[in-house]
Amino acid sequence: MDMKKEKTTSSPQKKKSQAQLILIRFTKNKLAVIGLIVLVALMLTSLTAPLWLDYSKVTHQSVRESFQTPNAEHWFGTDQFGRDLFARVIYGGRISLFAGLVTIGIAFLLGIILGGAAGFFGGAVDTVIMRFTDILMSVPGILLSISIVAALGQGLFKMLIALSVSLIPRQARTVRSAVITMRGQEFVEAARTYGCSNFGILFRYIIPNVLGPLIVGVMMGLGGVILQIASLGYLGIGIAPPTPEWGTIISENQANIMYHMYLGIIPGLFIMIAVLSLNFVGDGLRDALDPKMKN
Amino acid sequence: MIKYTLRRLLLMIPVILGITFLVFFILLASPGNVAQMVLGPEATAEDIAMKEHDLGLDQPIVVQYIKYMWNALHGDFGTSWFQNFNVMEEFSHRIPYTLSLGFLAIGWACVLGIPIGIIAAVRHNHMTDYVVTFFSLLLSSAPAFWLGMMYQLFFAQKLGWLPASGVGSFKYYILPSLSLGGGILASNARTTRTWLLDVIRSDYVRTARAKGNKESTVIVKHALRNSLLPVITQIGVSFSIIMGGSVITETVYAFPGIGSFLINAVKTKDIPIVMACIVVVAVIVGLTNLVVDLLYAVVDPRVQLGSKKG
Repeated sequence: MDMKKEKTTSSPQKKKSQAQLILIRFTKNKLAVIGLIVLVALMLTSLTAPLWLDYSKVTHQSVRESFQTPNAEHWFGTDQFGRDLFARVIYGGRISLFAGLVTIGIAFLLGIILGGAAGFFGGAVDTVIMRFTDILMSVPGILLSISIVAALGQGLFKMLIALSVSLIPRQARTVRSAVITMRGQEFVEAARTYGCSNFGILFRYIIPNVLGPLIVGVMMGLGGVILQIASLGYLGIGIAPPTPEWGTIISENQANIMYHMYLGIIPGLFIMIAVLSLNFVGDGLRDALDPKMKN
Repeated sequence: MIKYTLRRLLLMIPVILGITFLVFFILLASPGNVAQMVLGPEATAEDIAMKEHDLGLDQPIVVQYIKYMWNALHGDFGTSWFQNFNVMEEFSHRIPYTLSLGFLAIGWACVLGIPIGIIAAVRHNHMTDYVVTFFSLLLSSAPAFWLGMMYQLFFAQKLGWLPASGVGSFKYYILPSLSLGGGILASNARTTRTWLLDVIRSDYVRTARAKGNKESTVIVKHALRNSLLPVITQIGVSFSIIMGGSVITETVYAFPGIGSFLINAVKTKDIPIVMACIVVVAVIVGLTNLVVDLLYAVVDPRVQLGSKKG
């Protein structure tokens, strides 16, 4: 994004800045705007939850109150232990949404470093890094994550590592091909002639220029990560049980879904709405950043 | 073509060695005493030392790895650490289930996904197009395990049309394969739609129309051929996704394939089983990618196999 701002200062004769143009194009896409609103609302409610929703409600058990269908007191009903599903889903969002962000953030950074080095230096560095991504991509991402979780054990931090490892190869490859197309451009040559270091060229001139498509890729990837976190939770190898997370909530209610459908449908809908909104925002951002891509 | 195939098969070897070593290393280097876990909390120090010697755990990891791979090359994947059965034997029972489920899922994704994409493209900006786009977005945004549970709830519990879980006749495969292939089906429909719309606007399609061909002939004989190429390239990736997804689907439907096997092994840290799963899946995915690349060269004569890096 910074690159876009720099451009504006260098060409003040333009009426609207690049950032403004992107914003205008983005807001024209109704689905993307709706997606963004829903996403921000979901994140805000779960982020501010401790301010208005007592955490004790998440774990409070009361057999007398078990299996209540959604009502005024328990908006989403209660599970077999009489725990409030609304509180669990809202607090669950804290993990499902933000763990996804951290995971993709780690993969994004490592992907830029590995892919940037591979694309920029080429030769042996490139070969080693690319063969390494080949190896990581030879099994489906979720199998790799599962094996890593098997080795490290359960826990939020361990799950973040396991998930980001399976995301790095694709990220690195995207960065690499973007860097290769940029490497030969005149402005890179220019930077080199006045003595800019390799490191400087890569991070000050090349990476900012390929950041747009990379961010779009991250937005698109985030939906997939949220689904993977939920899947690991469902398989019982994600977050350890007492902490709520959307996937674990579904899995702990699985046995009762037949007669108490709301227990399965509601958390699933939350996952679906979050991922759908992310995809809309990603689509909108892609079209806004690169109008040529739109068809 | 034979030369290319052989080279690709040779290239698979270092990749498979790499991934198996990586997984072997992280599994064995991870904290937790395996022999202690196998024997239970009451085991004495001597018992543990004995068991470690039996399992070969007292040797350096590299030696263990070489021994493991040497045996694996001879078709011996060892015995389960916790239940004393031969891993290879158990696998030979389970792989057919996973593969047939996977192929069926890919089958749905192509047989249903491609025509749906064509219809959406032909009826561009009509109600049908919107409905297809909406549902394909919905399908790829929902978690697979949740969709599987919803199918069970609706088609098995409410309507009673299909069995909810287990194996048996073809009927038992319908729901699992549909939920396994659902995401790919949606993405196939979207890809077909996008590319067909792209091709329909091209000059040669306009020429085909100008010649007075029927619209159906134009679409099927002229436009479709070129717009299906991206879908074929996707099949390789799809197959990898499906092999990963089978872990989840098989768990939801209590399906006795290698996916559900792996999950149980992961929870107990039964390393021989986890390793065998990784090897088998890596080989299957590698071979499918090779077949897809070969197929691509057959379908599109412009593709030159030697020059393309796999």
